Amino acid sequence: MSSSINDGALSQWQLIQRRFRRHKLAVGSLFVLGFLYLLGLLAEFVAPYEPDQRHVAYPYAPPQALRLSIEHGLHARALVPHTDPVTFRKSYTESATPVQLAFFAKGEPARLLGVLPIERRLLGIDRTRTTAQEPTFFLLGADKYGRDIFSRAVHGARVSLSVGLVGIVLTFVLGMVIGGVSGYVGGRTDNLIQRGIEILQAFPQLPLWIALAAVLPGDWSALKVYFAITLLLGLLNWTGLARVVRGKILALREEDYAVAARLLGAGHARVLFRHLMPGFISHIIVALTLSVPGMILGETALSFLGLGLRPPIVSWGVMLQDCLDVKAVSFYPWLLMPVGFIVSVVLCFNFLGDGLRDAADPYGN
Amino acid sequence: MSSPSPSPQAHLPDDVILSVQRLCKHYPIVTRGFTSRQTGLVKACDDISFDLKRGETLGVVGESGSGKTTLGRVILRATRPTSGHALFAHRASREGREPPVDLATLPDAALKALRPEMQMIFQDPFGSLNPRMTVQQIVAEPLVIHRMESGSALEDRVMQMLKRVGIRPEYRTRYPHAFSGGQRQRIGIARALVMRPSLVVADEAVSALDVSVQAQVVNLLAELQEEFGLTYLFVAHDLSIVRHLCSRVAVMLQGRVVELEDTDRLFESPGHEYTRQLLAAVPDASSYR
Amino acid sequence: MTLDRVVLQVEDLRTSFFTDEGELRAVDGAGFTVRAGRTLAVVGESGCGKSVTAHSILRLVNRPGRIVGGRALLHPDGEEALDLLALPDNSPQLYRARGGLAAMIFQEPQAALSPVHTIGNQVCEAILLHQRVTRHEAEARALEMLQKVGIREPQARLQQYPHELSGGMRQRVVIAMALVCRPLLLIADEPTTALDVTLQAQVLELLKQLQAELGTAIMLITHDLAVVAQVADEVVVMYLGRIVERAPVRALMAQPRHPYTQGLLASRPALRGPRVKRLPSIEGGVPALSAIPPGCPFHPRCPHARPGVCDQGPPPPLRTLAEGHDVACLRAEEIVHVQP
Repeated sequence: MSSSINDGALSQWQLIQRRFRRHKLAVGSLFVLGFLYLLGLLAEFVAPYEPDQRHVAYPYAPPQALRLSIEHGLHARALVPHTDPVTFRKSYTESATPVQLAFFAKGEPARLLGVLPIERRLLGIDRTRTTAQEPTFFLLGADKYGRDIFSRAVHGARVSLSVGLVGIVLTFVLGMVIGGVSGYVGGRTDNLIQRGIEILQAFPQLPLWIALAAVLPGDWSALKVYFAITLLLGLLNWTGLARVVRGKILALREEDYAVAARLLGAGHARVLFRHLMPGFISHIIVALTLSVPGMILGETALSFLGLGLRPPIVSWGVMLQDCLDVKAVSFYPWLLMPVGFIVSVVLCFNFLGDGLRDAADPYGN
Repeated sequence: MSSPSPSPQAHLPDDVILSVQRLCKHYPIVTRGFTSRQTGLVKACDDISFDLKRGETLGVVGESGSGKTTLGRVILRATRPTSGHALFAHRASREGREPPVDLATLPDAALKALRPEMQMIFQDPFGSLNPRMTVQQIVAEPLVIHRMESGSALEDRVMQMLKRVGIRPEYRTRYPHAFSGGQRQRIGIARALVMRPSLVVADEAVSALDVSVQAQVVNLLAELQEEFGLTYLFVAHDLSIVRHLCSRVAVMLQGRVVELEDTDRLFESPGHEYTRQLLAAVPDASSYR
Repeated sequence: MTLDRVVLQVEDLRTSFFTDEGELRAVDGAGFTVRAGRTLAVVGESGCGKSVTAHSILRLVNRPGRIVGGRALLHPDGEEALDLLALPDNSPQLYRARGGLAAMIFQEPQAALSPVHTIGNQVCEAILLHQRVTRHEAEARALEMLQKVGIREPQARLQQYPHELSGGMRQRVVIAMALVCRPLLLIADEPTTALDVTLQAQVLELLKQLQAELGTAIMLITHDLAVVAQVADEVVVMYLGRIVERAPVRALMAQPRHPYTQGLLASRPALRGPRVKRLPSIEGGVPALSAIPPGCPFHPRCPHARPGVCDQGPPPPLRTLAEGHDVACLRAEEIVHVQP
């Protein structure tokens, strides 16, 4: 019996998992992404403030550091606003007055995911102990309207991260079906479909997105726009996957075990789903994983340009619209926080995809 | 696809299980591009005729490009022949209920019903088993497709077959990559024979195995032939194995059968020039004994 | 070059692969000599370590494999002996040795030839890497070599690409490239396994011819005992990384002393003589390198294994039984073997 006895009992999936676990970077990325998605999911709970809650007295407030002291416990220093008499620029200093923070502090009533009513927040101002007037806690600073960037980022995470996932479903379906038909049937059909894909891929992606997004009616509800955007992104993204699927099917179709299945009397469906597909499902997962960042960036770009999601929906792209004001960004660099999130997410997906791709090769040593 | 050849002889003598008549497989050479044009023809199999007797082992030898592998695949309809006939004395015809079927012209739908009676053993022990299926699933698949067994009866039959080919039944939950080349080949044999076919095409079935394992598998094939009453079409390039296993040998060169003879006679006094060349080229270890 | 002179002397070669399963001893103490003008065949089945041995000699073993011990002494004519295994990585002496003193040809001729360079280009490269000659000179030598290996119209071939040649011709080109610098030693790793039998005969004939002409020592790796009978002068049989028998070819074929060799020879059906009903075969299969049996590694499959003797202790050492005939078997003297 070749190779260790334990190895033989492991299915392909288990072997893949084992190999994946060796990629520390990919595993780390998986955890980071999982964490971010969790944040997005529990946005109402995690964010201290509502995303559109304005604090008119604190525009462009800087980030307030979390402090821990024996006297006050977990707290932040209250901000004192100053206005420069000449330039009318707002600036802030931290006063000694502590703003008491607590875990599971009481906040405004909200509904988690729009359904579950909650009152507590993960981390918020403990109003029972705070002495400062109009206490504020901006973990990542505030924007032009005094809206907490951290809260907005967390709510934005929900939107930006889910756009990628929903778009993936469409990509998956279209890619599998069209690529599958192209590879399995072959011949003229294959030729036609491939040329069609090439024509589609020849279009510059961003301008195409922009053109289609610009056609969206302005009076659509925010949710409708959201789904329309994800639809759009998924619709134009399937060509890459279709090619991967077609290539794999062409290669695997002539493998002896596929021929053997046909000779056993297996019908086309059985050959396709039982024999061919499992051979490349891992490659599909990799291709999908690597296309998520593309879609997240697409949504970000569209929203940034004002053509994608619109207020009151918050997404990272929408938040970046505030960064169009270069002067503001140079004075208040924390406005660029969403960029940090986006870069992290894109990097993590890429590392994850790389790790999956390396792990998915069934006969790799 | 219409065959220009005359209609096949309708009856087969009792001892013939397969009658191949003027079988051809031609591949057109086309120019690539937006429009394709045929510029030539590759005659992988050209005008092949022979009768396969029930219970015999017919060796088909030749070098690469001779068409021997294509012949096996065309007979089993892994690919459609260009013209010609392959009359198969399937069970229904042996029992007198139907005339023999012509495998060459049979429509795809009717083919499925015949599959349990004709199977193939492949060359590559590493590529012929689906790496994502357990041994149990691999050997059970033919029975499942044709709804021959289910539940515990299915499992029993699979275990029996595995034991017969020399694989411990308790290993049936493992995956192919856990087995050696010789063991995988045995699993492939189990899969091919679990439905008790009458005709088996062995496409270089032992060529990819180590010498010591080859002997074991060759012995197994011989035993199973006697036990199950199989007829083998043994495609190979190794003349010493062919001499050991086959009762008759067909020599192929560039798509044609140049000689078809009883094994002993072929090896002792080969008729065709090419056969002589082939035999002369084989290195022989017994020259030192 | 004086015939029979020792050209390569391998002593206690040990190469291991360090994997998750631990240290796999692919080659565990191999020793043999190759002489000028003579062919040594290294025979064994998959996993026996014959290819790894060949790769180790030319320092072609990559991670996770590593040569862990032994010497491979090359004896160039009139020069000091060179231990190939002791040369530092990437040293000029190693580069000189590889291709210049010792060359290697592989199983797949396609894989050895670059598809984007002409034949002439590649053969000349082999010359220019090791000899200080002009391009013109190199081309002349390339032409001469191509002719020697039996390629017709060599002038035209120089301009052609590998895909324009047939498989047999490609293997001849590879042989030409290997021998054009007149190396002392040619290592051939299954050079005919991928070829048809008629081509195989031609290539083997060619190697013998060139050997006679150039006095090259050849180390032939193969699994085919019939090929060994045809071309080898001396044979080394390997099993699970160790040499189990070492003898001149006649002695080995006529009177194999190790049960494994006996089993291998018996399991090949003969081309002449009476046909048998059942092929004698060696029981069981080759164990994985991670699960080498204790004592004599062959004992679970050996028809002559004696419990208490063959299944315990260290693996049996290679010892001389008769003139030039070495066997690694504790019971070699007692076993009486009749050729089937």
